[in-house]
Amino acid sequence: MADWAGYLGLMLDGALVTAKLTVLGCALALPAAFLAGLGRLSRHSTVRALSVAYIEFFRGTSIFVQLFWAYFVLPLIGVTLTPLQAGVLALGLNVGAYGAEVVRAAVQSVGREQHEACVALNLTRWQSLRHVLLPQAAVVMVPTFCNNAIELLKATSVVSLISLSDLTFQAQVVRSQTGSTALPFLTVLVIYFAYASLISAGMKALERRMTRGLDGLRT
Amino acid sequence: MTDTIIDIDRVTKRYGSHTVLQDLCFSVRPGEKLALIGPSGSGKTTILRTLMTLETIESGTIRIDGEPLFQMERNGSLVPADEAHLHRMRTKIGMVFQLFNLFPHKCVLDNVTLAPMLTKGVRKADAERRAMELLDLVGLADKARAMPAQLSGGQKQRVAIARALALQPRIMLFDEVTSALDPELVEEVLSVMRMLGSTTDMTMLLVTHEMSFAHDFADRVLFFDRGRIVEEGPPDVLFTNPTHERTQAFLKKIIAAGQRI
Amino acid sequence: MEWDWEFVREIMPMLLDGLRITLLATLLGSILAAAAGLGFALLRRSKSRPVARITGFVVEFIRGTPLLVQLYFLFYVLPELGLLLSPLTAGVVGLGLHYATYASEVFRAGIDNTPRGQWEAAKACNLTPYQTWRHVILPQAIPPMIPALANYFVAMFKETPLLSAITVIELMSEARGVANSNYRYLEPMTMVGVLFLCISLIAVPALHLLERRFRPPR
Repeated sequence: MADWAGYLGLMLDGALVTAKLTVLGCALALPAAFLAGLGRLSRHSTVRALSVAYIEFFRGTSIFVQLFWAYFVLPLIGVTLTPLQAGVLALGLNVGAYGAEVVRAAVQSVGREQHEACVALNLTRWQSLRHVLLPQAAVVMVPTFCNNAIELLKATSVVSLISLSDLTFQAQVVRSQTGSTALPFLTVLVIYFAYASLISAGMKALERRMTRGLDGLRT
Repeated sequence: MTDTIIDIDRVTKRYGSHTVLQDLCFSVRPGEKLALIGPSGSGKTTILRTLMTLETIESGTIRIDGEPLFQMERNGSLVPADEAHLHRMRTKIGMVFQLFNLFPHKCVLDNVTLAPMLTKGVRKADAERRAMELLDLVGLADKARAMPAQLSGGQKQRVAIARALALQPRIMLFDEVTSALDPELVEEVLSVMRMLGSTTDMTMLLVTHEMSFAHDFADRVLFFDRGRIVEEGPPDVLFTNPTHERTQAFLKKIIAAGQRI
Repeated sequence: MEWDWEFVREIMPMLLDGLRITLLATLLGSILAAAAGLGFALLRRSKSRPVARITGFVVEFIRGTPLLVQLYFLFYVLPELGLLLSPLTAGVVGLGLHYATYASEVFRAGIDNTPRGQWEAAKACNLTPYQTWRHVILPQAIPPMIPALANYFVAMFKETPLLSAITVIELMSEARGVANSNYRYLEPMTMVGVLFLCISLIAVPALHLLERRFRPPR
């Protein structure tokens, strides 16, 4: 039972990697979600088709497969990624596809009358989106984005299978080196849960800020 | 040019198999106050929404200030209008909706300044100054920083009017703007409209069920039924001596329901 | 790198073997998830506050932590407690419990959405609680939930590759095995993706059909 401090240190290292993956993955997923979600609503059929293709492809295949593809197959066409890069790419694009549907649904849920008011005031389509529709849609998106972010957090554990030293990987390392099973896995589960609770709390605070003064905006 | 500001020429509109505007023809002179009345589904709201380009038409021509609305000149012939043309035409028309349609995430002042800043490039300071003038005109200067959720229906509608006025349209469309209000809030909106009518030379078209207001305010009344104009004339004549039997039937029902004309 | 169709033909039987296990795991996992999910939902509504709160916490904990770690836990810890499960069984239990937490949310929402009047009418007809659940509440609550549940089961299908981490020889395992022994990654990985995509392309319209059929009355 010696050197628990060392093992704990290993797991905290892993926790840091997991946090990095989650943050970077979300940073990629968010713009991807908006681009594809708004792209789905575009007037140009090519943009629409591309958005649908992206969304259906990444939602229809497993994150595991996408990750392996990014790490093992892309090098064959000349694109070599580190495990971290492959992880961020696969996670970001995968969750971005789910996020795109959230964006689309949220924008469409803003009442038609808002859109008509924009026409009556002669705003261009882009101006309507930027100043009127997206701000209102954004409030609706927050709860589901919170779930998406937690899903991304959980999905980061898959990178342990391409030997990236994230939290799950370190748990396996500790298990194989100490023979102790319950403790490392339980510790790791608690850390993940703590992260998830942090994300939930952050999103709730964000939601509260966004709905200030907007009583009755969300039905 | 012509001395009509709006020209509706043989306009037909369909929703699927249902024809909602039937070969409609009428004109509006600059500065005229027109009331459109009639039973639900008669097409009066539809023609207003069409003027605001919220709907399209199947056949016929609409001209604003002599220029076609849904078509434009290209190399000497008329082709369907593109977005730039529609954008230019919309600058002449403003609309106030039955359900106000204020932007809930912006305060009252920002609701009024948004469109002038974005579509006319007005600077923020100038936009806010003009907005405060308009809010003062409709009696809501003290609510400039309030959020729409904090206002009553009548106040929201007055803000909506100020918002539409901020773009200085030549034509204002009012689509049943008091129908969603509690009775005691109706008068504050009507008095703003009366004030606009007497102090400006804006052309105003209103769809309304407030018959006594229409009688006092309008220069001309159009009675719509099933997509056509059945009868039209000055309010004195149309309300007291309607010639068409459908007009008579409609007015009788209105009076029976308690409206005094 | 050239695509080798001959290689694809060679490995297809093994990939299909893996697919069989994948589908089996998904099916068994779904059944467990539905049953346990209903159980969780009912426990959370328990009159006893400790029971409700503990269940709530357990559900949130399982839902908020990675399935992979939960699978490792089942695979490595249970034998030490004397419970020796085959990898597939451990995998099914892991999938089932994890997705039971999602299912329990669907059940809870569906039950909560049943109008209060139904409970009151049942009481007025003197039905026992069991009869109320069985004949009045569940028959009304369940049909609208089916599309949401089906969605989660498709998601479960896509997470089955995780089972390979606890030595279950499902589709992904077969693909990696084949890739490693032949030193060719392109075809196996792509075929796995294609097979997943195919199932997904069948599932999505099927889901839409389900949604239309079981749309809650407006």
